[in-house]
Amino acid sequence: MGYPHPSHPRETVLLSRDFGDPEARRLDVWIKRGGYQALEKALGMGRDAVIEEVKTSGIRGRGGAGFPAGVKWGFMPKQRTKPHYLCCNADEGEPGTFKDREIMRWTPHAVIEGCAIAAYAIQAEDGYIYVRGEFTEPIRVLQAALDEAYAKGILGPNAMGRGVRIDLTIHRGAGAYICGEETALMNSIEGKRGNPRVKPPFPAAAGLWGCPTTINNVETLAAVPHIITRGGAWYQSLSLSNPKSTGTKLFSICGAIAKPGNYEVTMGFPLKDLLYDLAGGPRPGRKLTAVQPGGSSVPFITAEEAERTLLDYEGCLAVGTQLGSGGMIVYDDATDIVYQVMRLARFYAHESCAQCTQCREGTAWTAKILQKLLRGEGRNEDLDLLFDLGEQMTGKTICVLSDSCAAAVTSAIQKFRPDFEAYLRDGRRAGAA
Amino acid sequence: MSQAGPGTPAPSEPLPRLFEGAARRELDAILKQYPTKQAALLPALWIAQRRQGWISPAAMAEVAEALGVTVAYVKGVVTFYTMYHQHPVGTHFVQVCTTSPCNLCGAEGVVKALLEATGCKRLGETSPDGKWTIVETECLGACGFATPVLIDDDLIESVTAESVPALVARYR
Repeated sequence: MGYPHPSHPRETVLLSRDFGDPEARRLDVWIKRGGYQALEKALGMGRDAVIEEVKTSGIRGRGGAGFPAGVKWGFMPKQRTKPHYLCCNADEGEPGTFKDREIMRWTPHAVIEGCAIAAYAIQAEDGYIYVRGEFTEPIRVLQAALDEAYAKGILGPNAMGRGVRIDLTIHRGAGAYICGEETALMNSIEGKRGNPRVKPPFPAAAGLWGCPTTINNVETLAAVPHIITRGGAWYQSLSLSNPKSTGTKLFSICGAIAKPGNYEVTMGFPLKDLLYDLAGGPRPGRKLTAVQPGGSSVPFITAEEAERTLLDYEGCLAVGTQLGSGGMIVYDDATDIVYQVMRLARFYAHESCAQCTQCREGTAWTAKILQKLLRGEGRNEDLDLLFDLGEQMTGKTICVLSDSCAAAVTSAIQKFRPDFEAYLRDGRRAGAA
Repeated sequence: MSQAGPGTPAPSEPLPRLFEGAARRELDAILKQYPTKQAALLPALWIAQRRQGWISPAAMAEVAEALGVTVAYVKGVVTFYTMYHQHPVGTHFVQVCTTSPCNLCGAEGVVKALLEATGCKRLGETSPDGKWTIVETECLGACGFATPVLIDDDLIESVTAESVPALVARYR
């Protein structure tokens, strides 16, 4: 549902059914509503059957990369020669994204159940839920739910009384966007600086402490119990567009929009309807100008492009952007796009781990050039320089933080060049007195 | 992130030892959750900050000793993460999101109103009464509730410049 708004009839409410209802946090209530039946079922199915079911569902990673979750689980070694680990990525920090926060704070047992099923499937006895340090309330809620699950014997050395050990631990981050990158997150759990690692090896081969590790986003794991209960084929049938994008997706809509919130729709839903029907369209008297449909790291599209975009992985690619995390930032005609793009560049400069030169220097100089432009000191060649920088920042670093900065900045210049040229020409915003 | 600078009051009493009594037991329980001692570093630093308000050089040394790593290593980790305070901060530590989604909903006005209402001269600098330190932070992950403000461990949603004085009064 479009929390904090009432559910809209066009939503497909699966993960967000209990948003806003504090009762759902309680284990007894959650069990009455069907909780932990999927874990019970999974433990009786066998590990391979669970992985097959998730593969059949077609669910792709909801954190932003969109990799098929079942395939990822399938990469884990079948023979366990050293410990296997599960990580739940709850380091939600992508600007525009606030879905995992709501999943954790309203339905913590959905996260725990998803983690337990995944841990069982990949033969992990230990799982770590890495929650960003700023999420004080979600951490409190999740810890209380974990305590209840342990007290009831759902987790622990004899989980659900079925002779398997499943232990889950919350690991609190401490303020670093980059720890949402999977290998940086693993370093952070190991007690290190959150620097991303060179890949390969990928986590399924060498993740936490060099052992086979699977890492999934909160939303992906929260969907797993539904897949197990109702079947992969059922989940796979939830699609309005094409078979490569299945299930429901939470879209966090924010910025210049009348009704910001989390909306859950079936993959392939028209972006236009989401913006105007569900989220109420622009704020009074305003006109939408631009959208970043998948968080601050994906390319900008214009409002006109948004009106012909289908919300799935392929539909976003078709208009030159990405579905990303589903954190949708909306801009309107009151927004100074040049200033906001500078703020985004500043974000990436601040959050760069500084390992790679292209990123450390590239994000910082991108922000500085944009600041210079905003002061009215821009030179005509600065826009070309930003494109040049963007090229040097793309595909050349250990992780994609610098690529993300470049994608946001260069797409904004491409789509809204007159706004940037106004600063070059007049030293102030287009149309400003 | 900017931290408290000049003007920050120096702590008047010696800091308590870190890992004694309940805190020692808490750390021991944490150590059981990981295969290495080093993995307890972030949790141990959280305990240190909760007990002492910031991560002092002495705290880094104690954490290093407890986990069998060098002080330099601990410092390297502390300085990587923005939420560990490397200087004492005010009684209330206030983080305001000013990243684009909140920014275009008026976050900078919230920052200005907070500085005015608390008497803080500038961001990162503790107010003369020692009560407040305000910093801008990058994305608090509550973009649909612009502008979110984290006061100590309380996330306040949908703060506006107009609602700031009443909010500050609640924490006085």
